[in-house]
Amino acid sequence: MSLGRHIDPEDIIHHLESVRPPSKSTNKPHHLTAYSTPYTSQRDIPKYEIPREGAPSDTVYSMINDELDLDGRPNLNLASFVDTYLDPNARKLFTSNLAKNLADNDEYPALLSMSERCVSILANLWGASKSEHAVGSPTVGSSEAVHLAGLSLKRRWQAKMKAQGKSIHEPGPNIIMGSNAQVALLKFARYFEVDARILPVSEKSDFCLDPDLVRENVDENTIGVFVILGSTYTGHYEPVERICQLLDEIQKEKGWDVDVHVDAASGGFVAPFTYAGAGQKWNFELPRVKSINVSGHKYGLVTPGIGWIVWRDEKYLPEELIFELHYLGGTEKSYTLNFSRPGAQVVVQYYNLIHLGFGGYREIMENCLANARVLSRGLEETGWYTCVSDIHRPVKSNSVTGRIKAAAETVTGSGTGGEEEEEKETSAGYTPGLPVVSFRFTDEFKQEFPHIKQEDVSLLLRARQWIIPNYALPPNEDKTEILRVVIRESMSFDLLDRLVTDIVQVTEQLIDHDEVDLSIMRKQRGRKHPNRKTDKGKGESVKEKVGEEVKRLNGGIHRSVC
Amino acid sequence: MVHLSTIPDEQQVISGKLADGIRKAHLQLVNDDDSFTTSVYGSKFAARDLPKHEMPEAEMSKDVAYRLIKDHLSLDGNPILNLASFVTTYMEEEAEKLMAESFSKNFIDYEEYPQSADIQNRCVSMIGRLFHAPIGVEDSVGAIGTSCVGSSEAIMLAVLAMKRRWKNKRVEEGKPYDKPNIVMSSAVQVCWEKAARYFEVEEKLVYCTEDRYVIDPEETVNLVDENTIGICAILGTTYTGEYEDVKAVNDLLTKKGLNIPIHVDAASGGFVAPFVVPDLEWDFRLEHVVSINVSGHKYGLVYPGVGWVVWRSAEYLPQELVFNINYLGADQASFTLNFSKGASQVIGQYYQLIRLGKHGYRAIMSNLTRTANYLSDSLAALGFIIMSKKSGEGLPLVAFRLPPQEDRNYDEFALAHQLRVRGWVVPAYTMAPNTKNLKMLRVVVREDFTRNRCDSLITDINQCQQLLEQMDQDSVKKQQEFIHKHNTSSGKATHNHPKFRREKHSLQGKTGKTHAIC
Repeated sequence: MSLGRHIDPEDIIHHLESVRPPSKSTNKPHHLTAYSTPYTSQRDIPKYEIPREGAPSDTVYSMINDELDLDGRPNLNLASFVDTYLDPNARKLFTSNLAKNLADNDEYPALLSMSERCVSILANLWGASKSEHAVGSPTVGSSEAVHLAGLSLKRRWQAKMKAQGKSIHEPGPNIIMGSNAQVALLKFARYFEVDARILPVSEKSDFCLDPDLVRENVDENTIGVFVILGSTYTGHYEPVERICQLLDEIQKEKGWDVDVHVDAASGGFVAPFTYAGAGQKWNFELPRVKSINVSGHKYGLVTPGIGWIVWRDEKYLPEELIFELHYLGGTEKSYTLNFSRPGAQVVVQYYNLIHLGFGGYREIMENCLANARVLSRGLEETGWYTCVSDIHRPVKSNSVTGRIKAAAETVTGSGTGGEEEEEKETSAGYTPGLPVVSFRFTDEFKQEFPHIKQEDVSLLLRARQWIIPNYALPPNEDKTEILRVVIRESMSFDLLDRLVTDIVQVTEQLIDHDEVDLSIMRKQRGRKHPNRKTDKGKGESVKEKVGEEVKRLNGGIHRSVC
Repeated sequence: MVHLSTIPDEQQVISGKLADGIRKAHLQLVNDDDSFTTSVYGSKFAARDLPKHEMPEAEMSKDVAYRLIKDHLSLDGNPILNLASFVTTYMEEEAEKLMAESFSKNFIDYEEYPQSADIQNRCVSMIGRLFHAPIGVEDSVGAIGTSCVGSSEAIMLAVLAMKRRWKNKRVEEGKPYDKPNIVMSSAVQVCWEKAARYFEVEEKLVYCTEDRYVIDPEETVNLVDENTIGICAILGTTYTGEYEDVKAVNDLLTKKGLNIPIHVDAASGGFVAPFVVPDLEWDFRLEHVVSINVSGHKYGLVYPGVGWVVWRSAEYLPQELVFNINYLGADQASFTLNFSKGASQVIGQYYQLIRLGKHGYRAIMSNLTRTANYLSDSLAALGFIIMSKKSGEGLPLVAFRLPPQEDRNYDEFALAHQLRVRGWVVPAYTMAPNTKNLKMLRVVVREDFTRNRCDSLITDINQCQQLLEQMDQDSVKKQQEFIHKHNTSSGKATHNHPKFRREKHSLQGKTGKTHAIC
């Protein structure tokens, strides 16, 4: 045993106490619980400048978390197509892959192989031909996908014109789309300097791209036609097959070979699964369809941040757009606008594809459509509303119905049989479309109660937590305003029941009120915005300014969030 | 008080439903019987291949799908040992929790998630101030900015803004506007090449030399002509991490009376320089700097998926590029290439900014600089030539190469492969063009790379080098091939499309420059 000098601990403590510098209690925040720091009552949460000193992690967590409580409830937001529900396992996968970078292929090879599988599965789902080599890529969303598709259209057109010795600057390229197009399509035209030929929609064309107008507007400088599978306004599918036929005719007559890109942001995961289909051919079965994009975060059932683009064959992707990256001896191809980005969404997309399978997706999409039909009928039953969307209307032409039904039977033939099958109502007999219900006041209602504005319904429903936007249809139908409900996976029958009840009660409430009451209500609403503006501080107000100056940029087109 | 409630009779129950139509339409979709299994590995799926090319007809239970995907993902690398990437791999639990709670929020949906949008504005304001952006006294002046998915999007937006501004000016002067060009270093990240190609702007490159890996200000300014839409300066090149001399370029422009905008690509340096070398003038303090981008997911310490771009004032952002989206009566001005995306990363960024404060960021960046210095000194002692700058003159990374020596049988790539066997991902690169195919290795020092781990790395580098010294040329080659085939994932890749292989249009295709991952 080693010898030790006797030490008196009391002595040491006494000594230490005397030499210890006076405590600087003001320096470190007193911190017992998340709410016991100066941020709780004395200091404002930093808004415009990084604070000099930080704060404990649990405090910051609860500060931000509490503030986010003011955000809306995702499930009651019926304005958006974007998915808000993930099952717990998908959630787990998402969280554990949050830190993975999709661009880092060398480090995350498994992630990369999953994204390849998804591309492959989608290409097959959309009828890619076995004799061609489909290529595709994950994107952040359909916007990026549309930019990429448009850029490849433009490059192919440039190459074609150069080969023919024609000018690519005078008069320059143009692209055709309906005025119901999502803002991303217009952005493409503006950013990549292509003249956008935005064709007006009409009731005749179901508020979609009108084939007759396409014929009038195509010329040899048309790089392509954007056809939308699932208009965001009314959920109608645009006539892809008809437009392709028409472009075939034009090619025969005049020799202009114009390609089609299908923006299936919402419909790409609906049409292939439902019994109704798209009511026509729309995918790679049509040779003129060169590329298709879809949003994984809409009916692909993934949370925001994922889209997909597929070209029918590698030859439609001009080589000069592809960049090679070398890592540690390996090589990667890339054709994206974003580089580093999260990979978790890709994992969840793959999870959904194999967890749900074709059958699972079909069941969900059929449920959504069925709920949409219920809502449509419920609304029309009141006599106050009429639907602009058509998914609850039986298909008019018998031959088409017959064909679809036959197709549906062959698909389900192998599934569960029995008598139950026959009772089941599917979307087969109805007009195909997205599970979207767009509705407006009936003409009789408007005559009877001219003082009630449709946006009041939206406003009062907002007070009941529902978000149902009211906006004008695209030009030239912008005199008509619609209320739009997007039926997503998480919109259960029970919730739907509640929604119909609330819409009816709100409408009754409006009928009971006279004009004066309503005008007061509208005034209050108008006041909401200036208040918000002053809260936002300098940085924001400048942005708003920019916003205001270009307010009429779109010529009065109201663009819906998708 | 308790609400009194009556018990409804049959008739009331029925009339409680609003319309007959609803009742009639109540669907009865059948659910197929699920087949239950003992455990995931006892199910039929465990003995089958995962669907790869076609969607399976039938569904599988969520536990099975979860487990099988998780197992498949276990083949991904260990982010901690990946010294190739700048992208953040560590965040505090609280931050993770916040992000996980918000990933179903759609960032663009302003009406639904106003608070998330407000948080973005706060971040823009904080980052703008960090870069000494002019603050608006009136509404029309003062910086504006936006969040992006990453620096790639930010750079594309900045290039687009510069191009459009230049074009508008040319149109006004009645001059041709079909040949825009942009001046940048040959060491740029690939997204600059992409931006130039996709938006049809000619690249004017300032080439690096054997002992200069950044742009030469004189040469840069000499390349400027009337068709130049702007100059790109990199705050921290991805190869050596060195900061380019933005001030010199700025001063030369002033001296020559040229009014050419500078965009600073501060993807990595934007969150390092302001904390480590606050006196370095590279940002909006310089009059010609009109826009700056920074990656939140690099030294901003957030998981991948967030970048920022700030413009000096609204006048540098041509109005026709800004789109307004009307949504429930509220106009949203937006300038992005992406639309719907998750809100998590922006919230994560705000968390880090207020959680750490300037003090916290400074503490972390100082530690990184110390670790980088230590690693740099140690490698120099091992005989390597250090190409990166130390002590805050560049990013906290160490770029190094083998000393010139005639009889060596191995090169930097062989060493990189050898380190791969030990689990370290230390990439080897061929430098930017005109540097006589200089090869180099690069170690990025990230937040989670501690001094202790640094010591293990140095030991391993030393051992790998000794091993390689002992081998002759043939065995080095064989060994290298073996490792490439079996230890690197890209070597095993099957996805490389034969059509797009060996493209010739990029700097890489033309000169053999390899792009550093960022």
